[in-house]
Amino acid sequence: MSKIKIFIPCDDANHVCDKTQYKEASLWEMIKLNIHLIYCRACRKYTNNNTKLTKAIKESNVECLDKKSKESMKLDFEKALKELTD
Amino acid sequence: MPNHQINPNQWIDLYSDYLYNYTITRVSDREIAQDLVQDTFFAGLKSMKNFKGEASERTWLISILKRKIIDHYRKINSNKGKAEVRISYNDDSETEGDWLEERVADPFDKTAEDTMQNSELGDAIHNCLGKLPEKQAYVFKMKTIQGFETEVICNELNITASNLWVIIHRARTAMADCLKENWF
Repeated sequence: MSKIKIFIPCDDANHVCDKTQYKEASLWEMIKLNIHLIYCRACRKYTNNNTKLTKAIKESNVECLDKKSKESMKLDFEKALKELTD
Repeated sequence: MPNHQINPNQWIDLYSDYLYNYTITRVSDREIAQDLVQDTFFAGLKSMKNFKGEASERTWLISILKRKIIDHYRKINSNKGKAEVRISYNDDSETEGDWLEERVADPFDKTAEDTMQNSELGDAIHNCLGKLPEKQAYVFKMKTIQGFETEVICNELNITASNLWVIIHRARTAMADCLKENWF
């Protein structure tokens, strides 16, 4: 690498922050994010909220139906709908 | 003022997750929850003409679901023939709970308040998810709640990774805004 960038624009910082929430950011990216956060208040706020959101979702144990069961539900439902309209 | 329309074709896309989550905090069994949601949709379909349009579709479906959950508990109670509540502080089996320490409340255990707050938070999250555009909500659910890998989602929806991150970013910003008022 000829030129190492330490300072990143806000867009990139937010992108890294999003990735961090899913543990997909690399170490170097996280270092750059943290350097950015030192001087950027807006991104600090975004990161803060983002972390809280992740935590809230984890705490609440929300669940979703997986695709397969939704699909089978839909099939049954359409059958019933057809019966009703006939 | 009947300003709410009913449109059963979209029910499953729009409400199934919300209803499912509502059920699962109350019956805590995935399969039963799924069956109850399914039953609710059927019941809703049958009594569609009774829908007066005073409440939103979702509220109406929830009120059916509540009945279904109560019915479910009635049924399992009569099944086992234990409609009365029995509390035994000390069951006679010798193995567990004989030591006093084991009967003291565990401070690290979830209290009723915690679980209540959790289920309310879950409702709030689903409320906010309902406000997102459909695609954002879908991607966000897959990524955050179901925990799929980026690649899997990209393949399924035919989008690029950077496209996905943009969607996630928008969804997260909207969700944070929505939850901020009450929950952060």
